Amino acid sequence: MTSTLVHSQGIKLHVVTYGDSKKTPIVLVHGYPDNNLVWKPVAERLAKNYFVIAYDVRGAGLSDAPKAVADYKMDLLAQDLAAVVDAVIPGRKFHLAAHDWGSIQSWESVTTDRLKPRIASYTSISGPSLDHAAHWMRKRTLNASPAAKTQVMKQLFSSWYIVFFQLPGLAPAAWEAGFGKLWPTYLEKREGVRESEINPTQTADGKQGVQLYRANFIDKLQKPEERFAACPVQLIVPTRDNYVGTQLFEDLHEWVPELYRRDINANHWVPLSHPDLIAQWIDEFAAGVESGKPSVALQQARVRAERVALPLAGKLAVITGAGSGIGRATALKFAEEGADIVAVDINAEAAERTAELSRLLGAQAWARVADVGSAKAMETLARWVEKELGGADIMVNNAGIGMAGGMLDTSLADWDKLLKVNLWGVIHGSRLFAQQMVDGQRSGHIVNVASAAAFAPNRKLSAYSTSKAAVHMLSECLRAELADLDIGVTAICPGFVATGIATATVYAGMSETEQAKKRAKADAMYKRRNFSPDDVASAVFKAVQKNRPLALVGAEAWSTRLISRFAPGVSRLIARIDITP
Amino acid sequence: MPLLKTPTTATRGYLPSPDDLEQFRHVQRLAYAAAEAVAKELKPGMTEKQAAHMQKVWLLDHGVTGWFHAPFAWFGDRTAFQGFRVALQFLPTNRRLEENMPFILDNAPVVNGYVADIGYAGVLGENRILDLLLDDLAAHRALILDLIKQRKPMSEVSRAVDRLILQQGHEPRHKAYPFETLAHTVQPMPTRQGSKPRTLFQFGFQAVEALGRLSLVARQQGWSPIWSSNESSNHAPVPGLWAVEPHLGFRGVGAKFEELLVITEDDAYWLDDQSPHVTRWIERDLWPAEQKPLVKAA
Repeated sequence: MTSTLVHSQGIKLHVVTYGDSKKTPIVLVHGYPDNNLVWKPVAERLAKNYFVIAYDVRGAGLSDAPKAVADYKMDLLAQDLAAVVDAVIPGRKFHLAAHDWGSIQSWESVTTDRLKPRIASYTSISGPSLDHAAHWMRKRTLNASPAAKTQVMKQLFSSWYIVFFQLPGLAPAAWEAGFGKLWPTYLEKREGVRESEINPTQTADGKQGVQLYRANFIDKLQKPEERFAACPVQLIVPTRDNYVGTQLFEDLHEWVPELYRRDINANHWVPLSHPDLIAQWIDEFAAGVESGKPSVALQQARVRAERVALPLAGKLAVITGAGSGIGRATALKFAEEGADIVAVDINAEAAERTAELSRLLGAQAWARVADVGSAKAMETLARWVEKELGGADIMVNNAGIGMAGGMLDTSLADWDKLLKVNLWGVIHGSRLFAQQMVDGQRSGHIVNVASAAAFAPNRKLSAYSTSKAAVHMLSECLRAELADLDIGVTAICPGFVATGIATATVYAGMSETEQAKKRAKADAMYKRRNFSPDDVASAVFKAVQKNRPLALVGAEAWSTRLISRFAPGVSRLIARIDITP
Repeated sequence: MPLLKTPTTATRGYLPSPDDLEQFRHVQRLAYAAAEAVAKELKPGMTEKQAAHMQKVWLLDHGVTGWFHAPFAWFGDRTAFQGFRVALQFLPTNRRLEENMPFILDNAPVVNGYVADIGYAGVLGENRILDLLLDDLAAHRALILDLIKQRKPMSEVSRAVDRLILQQGHEPRHKAYPFETLAHTVQPMPTRQGSKPRTLFQFGFQAVEALGRLSLVARQQGWSPIWSSNESSNHAPVPGLWAVEPHLGFRGVGAKFEELLVITEDDAYWLDDQSPHVTRWIERDLWPAEQKPLVKAA
């Protein structure tokens, strides 16, 4: 790391650099109340492949702090960045990444002429352009709908500190009174940043930085300009950000033609709390722009204007058993609701067809072949999803097979076959993808398709009901385990759905001809029930939206659930009836 | 104008002469020519009623003497018979055509007693879902002929079509027709000299009459002139001409073809291989359609 001073508009700015100056440069801009140290962990990681430049913005760290509020105007801040790059990497193009207030002011550089031609890409974290934010607010204030008004109010509440900063004296006094010393504790308790390094200029940073807000907010909100970006922009959104509402970015694609968005289930200070992931994303983005070949994961993260308003926009859903029935219907429903799809099936052609149909509904979609009962196949799948697509947001463990017959009819081989798919498939899918969500800091959802049979014992459904009851319990336990991590888990329990499962059900201990007859009868019965996979898919979607623990689909699911809970004796009597056709 | 001899009812079905077949082929080509001509004339803002009327005018200008049914036209999600519950919903409406909207034209003219019944699906502009549906129909044309040649029961053939549609990820929209009709028989219709062709709910009066008479005979003989997946079609292929109309639907877009299949005592073939959908498949290298591995003989 080297340290140097750069002159800009009559003040001195403190600049640090990491790595080899011949490599592609990346400039990092910090926010409030930080200085360049906030980027240190990320900068060190990036320094392997890049020439990293970070600097203290005026008023922070070791840079000069002019007194007048007018000295912190947006235009001056943009000129500071220009002075830094002119001095350190004269004439060269660079990638830009910025956090919080650094991101707010960098939007100025990204959308105005002076540096536009030199900024190759921009990664923006938790700092909207004030012009964009003002436009966002205007649009929703003028919009008559109560939902739009609520959004505005929500944002205003989380921006309390901005108003506080406008009040004379208060904020600087608070910093003077010792808030600077408390800051590391605040970061740890409220923001989940562990062991942050003590910043020697914390109190001064906090006190002087208030000027940034005072100098710019009111102006920008009153007279927002139209600000279009020329370079590709990667937006990183910490979804638990206490200061910047995620809704502020809803319209960003209108200003940025090439926009990528990545959500991280974390608080505001992600450069400190998740330096590995942030460095990786900045690297991947800059590399993609440099080579002109963005990774598939980046392509998946691309914000598509026509889909941005859909509820699952930008989400990646992996669905097993997606080649038919509930799996395919769920894939198509999710595709319609904005998600991108990985259609997994043991049948390659069927999976590819689901992917193709999903694409027709506007999704990006991939087909993968996997036997869910095979730990190895599922590990390969999970690795592929992680590596190629950046990880799943929604996992639907749907693949299942039907089997009828009592305990004494069911051979060991039959048991093995059924449990492999119906139970182990769910175990593999839940384990691997829950771990993936946790590792990737993604809030997500896992859906396990159980059955009404999970509650309804029957003498002729031993194996099937057992597997589905296990899936139900597995889901309940997993839900409890993942609740704190913002990962929802749902067990779906449909009744008799005409999916074709009836035409493939194994009737344990029967000849092929007898089985064929039973299958035809059962299929006819399922069809008469006239309950379609689309109905279940809608329930799955709703369950994900509302994070329901259990979704009962169909009257038979509700009744078996109620009877088993409130009249278990009746449930046991019914269990003695042979329900196979 | 030759008066056709009444088809023989002593044997099951109807065995047309080579000359009869030539005549049927001629009318079918005429019917498709009408659909293609009207499709070229369609503009945004036109209604289904206009499109139906244009087919009628074109066909009457080209020597058509009567109707098996009056021309139909469906636009937009009506091509998938979205929400159709009663037969009256099939009749042309004032729905207007828009850019990139799919449409289906369906006409069934009679010339000198020879009947055609065709369906033509297209789009004003571009529609990727429709493209896929049109492509997917090729496998059905191959499958139906293949299974009939194997003399599979007709209901079983229809169920194989159902399964293939399910595998393709679509909905079998022909099931919206009364009796869930995949196909129906067509026989020569004697035209009454000098009388204006009358229609009842857009169906040729005599066609309905003839079909009614035929179903009575067919019932005695143990077969159904309406070919569906139901038990009533659980019989060996019945010789004659069958207007086959598999109709695929996906997310509010529908596509079908309809053309005559000739079933003989021991064989079967499509009456004409020069219909527009086949030409389209040949251009796209989809025809002759290979049997897809997914398709299992019923």
